[in-house]
Amino acid sequence: MTSPAPIADQRETQRPDPAAVPALSIDGVSHSYGPRRALLDVSFNVQPASFTALLGLNGAGKSTLFSLITRLFGIQSGRVGIFGHDVGKSPGEALRLLGVVFQPRTLDLDLSLTQNLLYHAALHGISRRDAAARSAELLGRIGLTERAGSKVRDLSGGQMRRLEIARALLHRPQLLLLDEPTVGLDVKARADIISHVRQLVTEQGIGVLWATHLFDEIMPGDDLVVLHQGKVLAQGPMSRVITEAGAQDVNTAFMRLTGAQTMPGGGG
Amino acid sequence: MSSITTREAPRGFSTSEYMTCLTGIVWREGLRFLHQRERFVSALVRPLVWLFIFAAGFRQVLGISIIPPYETYILYEVYIAPGLMAMIQLFNGMQSSLSMVYDREMGNMRTLLVSPLPRGFLLFCKLLAGTAVSLLQVYAFLLIAWFWDITPPPSGYLTVLPALILSGLMLGSLGMLISSGIKQLENFAGVMNFVIFPMFFASSALYPLWRVQEGSPYLYYLCEANPFTHAVELIRFALYGQVNWISLAVVATCTIVFMIGAILAYDPSRGLARRGPAGGEG
Repeated sequence: MTSPAPIADQRETQRPDPAAVPALSIDGVSHSYGPRRALLDVSFNVQPASFTALLGLNGAGKSTLFSLITRLFGIQSGRVGIFGHDVGKSPGEALRLLGVVFQPRTLDLDLSLTQNLLYHAALHGISRRDAAARSAELLGRIGLTERAGSKVRDLSGGQMRRLEIARALLHRPQLLLLDEPTVGLDVKARADIISHVRQLVTEQGIGVLWATHLFDEIMPGDDLVVLHQGKVLAQGPMSRVITEAGAQDVNTAFMRLTGAQTMPGGGG
Repeated sequence: MSSITTREAPRGFSTSEYMTCLTGIVWREGLRFLHQRERFVSALVRPLVWLFIFAAGFRQVLGISIIPPYETYILYEVYIAPGLMAMIQLFNGMQSSLSMVYDREMGNMRTLLVSPLPRGFLLFCKLLAGTAVSLLQVYAFLLIAWFWDITPPPSGYLTVLPALILSGLMLGSLGMLISSGIKQLENFAGVMNFVIFPMFFASSALYPLWRVQEGSPYLYYLCEANPFTHAVELIRFALYGQVNWISLAVVATCTIVFMIGAILAYDPSRGLARRGPAGGEG
């Protein structure tokens, strides 16, 4: 792997190093769909080897932000950088370092697991032989080696998600975006996915941006970005966000910040 | 802090990376096509119905005089074969773009578009892949047609290939251009009726244009201006080892124009953006 030296032990001390280039930098990004503003002057960073939770209710603008980072949408104003590469100006270099798991499933259901992985590898210009080796390795890591030749259609929801994460890692990105990856999964599958992604952070030094509305997926030590109605209401280490909101836990902090009256839909 | 903060300078993409990407997209499109057996069958049945039924019925009605590239009197079936080959490609082009609208709505298109390679190149690969699929269909059709006494010179099977690639690209990019103007999947059927049928009937696919001219000069001009006519003629001449230069020029120009238009007009946010305000996308 191209991953840097182990930085697992630096988790407590790795607060933004001014000299470091952030894995992801969002700088004054606004976006509107016609007259409706979806994002307003959003700015935050994701550091390498960190887990940043993008917390927001449905409709907060999380998916819009993901679409901008992945250049699905053109950036209307502001700047998005991935390890210093401007997504608008040099998308190729930026996207090379980026792995994404979108909220809707984006696998070819009629193709096998391996075929799905090989297709993705080809899209990144990874030669067939290299791609086959990496696919086998990743399938082993997510425990789906025996299913390599089956159709994706026959997998469970949790297995599909794991496959999507493996696929996003195929080109060895240094930044991983996940848009509500655990929605619709059972407790066990959720726990598996969360621990897998956290391992990527500690063991491979990947910077993770994890969009969610489920508070129990966040852990002390995570960075938090609270997005509400297109605006960033708070950001920083989880403990600081909670303290500054004058709350005891994330849930209360979120309620105070957003003025939400009820528990977010389906919130855990 | 770590090595990842000092990534190497931009290095662009090598030719082999482009080629890997291209073959990967064509391979995946081929696999998908093979999995959709109904699509293959219907792609074959459609022209064969025309050939076996329509042509058989009309061979008595429509006499074909000796016109280039034919050197003898020919059966009506032989006349319409190139038109049916182009029809296969017309349907396939529209079907590919339909699947792009579908992919866009389902999210599969995202997989393609987050590839770091230039977006124009990705869409071009997608077009080539669609064309490759249409070639499979056309050659399967030619095989069956051979048993029906449609026997162009053996070398014709080879010389028609470049013509088919070009016409496939033209019709594919036309489909893509149209699909970029379509907001939702449901609107697609309507557009098809306004594109496929007029293009097919107002062309030289089913009848030589001199006969059309006898009937209606205006319709004749319309047919002459129809790019599909030129795709048909390009294929017809190529199948007999000849080049129809005018048709070649028209098809090549249209391909370039449609392709540039399709790539420029392609907007992945369409469909997604629509749903955004509804709140579903979050």
